[in-house]
Amino acid sequence: MNNHLRTLRAEHGWSQQDLAERLDVSRQSVNAIETGRYDPSLPLAFKIAELFGCAIEDIFVSPSRG
Amino acid sequence: MLCSSSAARRYQRRVIILAVVYTALLFSAVYLLNRHLVTGVVAYIVGILPALPVVGFFGAIGMYLTEERDEYLRMLLVRQSLVATGLAMTGATLWGFLEGFDLLPHLVGYAWPILWFGGLGLGACVNHVLERNPA
Repeated sequence: MNNHLRTLRAEHGWSQQDLAERLDVSRQSVNAIETGRYDPSLPLAFKIAELFGCAIEDIFVSPSRG
Repeated sequence: MLCSSSAARRYQRRVIILAVVYTALLFSAVYLLNRHLVTGVVAYIVGILPALPVVGFFGAIGMYLTEERDEYLRMLLVRQSLVATGLAMTGATLWGFLEGFDLLPHLVGYAWPILWFGGLGLGACVNHVLERNPA
């Protein structure tokens, strides 16, 4: 799934490891989500959205909308 | 395994312990049974003892899957296990038919768990290829 996670992370000046620690996941997970190779579960998507103070749809692009 | 989460470290520790126990029990069983030092029910017990750590390996994988909090790492191991299962079941099916038609010799049943563990290696390769970052 396309997403704006990398951009948001960069705006906060966080490395993948920084974000991984804040989300309590591995750096590999952050990398896989950022590159669209892995779609997070709904609880993890909420956690990401809450961390950045956004709605889920502000970060993740609906597959039906490209 | 995939990465050094605390669950992965516990898994690795369990696997090392099981491997040591397996080696000790296997050598003991071979020694006792080849020399007919045990018979009857005791022989059955001694014969099955080396199998238990192997069963433990499956248990260790199951425990890792329940303990790992990182869903992406869990997904990787599930995929790895599916590849291993597909390989082992395919191997068992093909060999079984060919053996049934007397085209291949009899193969002991514990060959299939061994192939399954080999399949985990193949699954790791599949993960490596699929999870490579796009250039």
